[in-house]
Amino acid sequence: MSEIKKIVDKIRTGQTMAVAEVMAAVERAKNIADTNAILEITEEYAIKRAEQVDKDIADGKIGRLAGVPFVAKDNFLTFGSKTTAASKILQNFQAPLQATVIEKLEAEGAICIGKANLDSFAHGGSTENSAFGVTHNAVDSDRVAGGSSGGSAVVVARGVVPFALGTDTGGSIRQPASFNGVVGLKSSYGLISRFGVVAMASSTDVVGPIARTVEDAEIVTEIMAGKDGKDMTVWADGYRKADGKKPKCIGVIKEFMGDGVYADVKAAVKQQVENLTKEGYIVREVSLPMVKYAISIYYIVVPAELSSNLARYDGIRYGQRSQDAKTLAEIYGLSRDEGFVDENKRRIMIGAFVLSSGFFDAYYLQAEKARTLLIADFDKAFADVDFLIGPVAPTPAFKIGEKSHDPIQMYLSDIMTVPASLAGLPAISVPVATTKNKLPIGLQIIAPYKKDSEMLAFAKTIKEEKK
Amino acid sequence: MKITEKEIRHLAELTGLSLTVDEQRGMAVDLEKIVEYIGELGELDTAGVDPTYQVTGLENVWREDTVGQHLSREELLELAPAVRGNSVEVHQVL
Repeated sequence: MSEIKKIVDKIRTGQTMAVAEVMAAVERAKNIADTNAILEITEEYAIKRAEQVDKDIADGKIGRLAGVPFVAKDNFLTFGSKTTAASKILQNFQAPLQATVIEKLEAEGAICIGKANLDSFAHGGSTENSAFGVTHNAVDSDRVAGGSSGGSAVVVARGVVPFALGTDTGGSIRQPASFNGVVGLKSSYGLISRFGVVAMASSTDVVGPIARTVEDAEIVTEIMAGKDGKDMTVWADGYRKADGKKPKCIGVIKEFMGDGVYADVKAAVKQQVENLTKEGYIVREVSLPMVKYAISIYYIVVPAELSSNLARYDGIRYGQRSQDAKTLAEIYGLSRDEGFVDENKRRIMIGAFVLSSGFFDAYYLQAEKARTLLIADFDKAFADVDFLIGPVAPTPAFKIGEKSHDPIQMYLSDIMTVPASLAGLPAISVPVATTKNKLPIGLQIIAPYKKDSEMLAFAKTIKEEKK
Repeated sequence: MKITEKEIRHLAELTGLSLTVDEQRGMAVDLEKIVEYIGELGELDTAGVDPTYQVTGLENVWREDTVGQHLSREELLELAPAVRGNSVEVHQVL
């Protein structure tokens, strides 16, 4: 059952008011301070917005999200709070404008009550790279929340708000959703405007919701979709409802079920295969040979793009300037050195390396060609099956500190999410099981380009196995 | 491939990062491992394959050249770490 609809129904029938919903959500947010999922709660601003929404409701203007509180990852530009991207360089940054998606959600009556923690500039898969401390998993506080939208996943899993916004460049919505037992949707590249969102890698960055139900993820996505004239990569069609044709054939990605994948994770996928087979689907194994190169492609293309996107943080026009700088060159160098965390610097340096003369052809160009081959693998697979399924990550949430000293181990945990990102495909993580220790496990569904609505219709039929 | 600290200093200069000596040393170790890993793409035969830079297929998307409401000079100057009069202040260049 949609939690968003529950709230909007209660608002419509006068059983509650936006102010009451917001105050309750703020209280819940304060009660999970131990998780460090939220960087800033915008109580005063949110209550003012809620009062305005209540006025609109009294005037008969009831939006599709009237009175629904939400949390945005702190790389969305919002009024009423700072936008830090969990970095020192933006630690006091007050955005002069709002992201298009925030404007769209507000126009429907939604109210942002706070900003969620993330890996600094969304660089990471565990929210351990935040300049403001690690976020703890919603289920087990010794474990990571996943990342980079770790804070967004935890606030939804802990029931603070019915949905939160995240960004997904290589799995940053799907993986934390899986680690905390909630739904995380990365839509097709080009469905939703990224205007007003701190850029990471422009050719794979996608905005999306984390929610407790697929239905809620769809409601939010439908509202956020469509052109705004400010992000030129958004297609004109907007969100198109599925034609209701039932899918017949599902492919299980062979390379996602190999050695090195945690037994409980494989068992959870196999259980779903069994369920789907019983329901009459044809389920077959599908091989995508190029996914074995996906991490290498991703960790060339994405650092290349982010190294240029992060060039704008120079301590001149906005953001923090180093107090020790004595020359112009030192303003750049010291402000950036103090303002970025290690992982930001590592990725900026890799980006500069793969783009530098002498290495461009061997690394960057080769990776973009390999990307073409990876997309061809998906095209071939989707000629035979409606959707692909597999795990979201090889393991459930890992221990805090377990991988933070080995960048390659950390990068490898993205192996199952980066392929859909590089191909621009819609993909979703749906909670399906838990391990013996109660750690959540998600199922990933990947669909052909622009088949977001069809994928969501299918995702609604997936049931969580209760032990 | 060996990544020397000299190379790290060159990359730091290209990217405008003033790394400390310790940071340079650590970065050389990390980058060498990462470059070795991503070097696996060298084994792929990509002869005749076109690169994919973007997936939408959209090209040259224009907007109407119309007058609109934009951020004011004051609003933008308010964001700068140092301002003098109507200008962003920076340290000596030469």
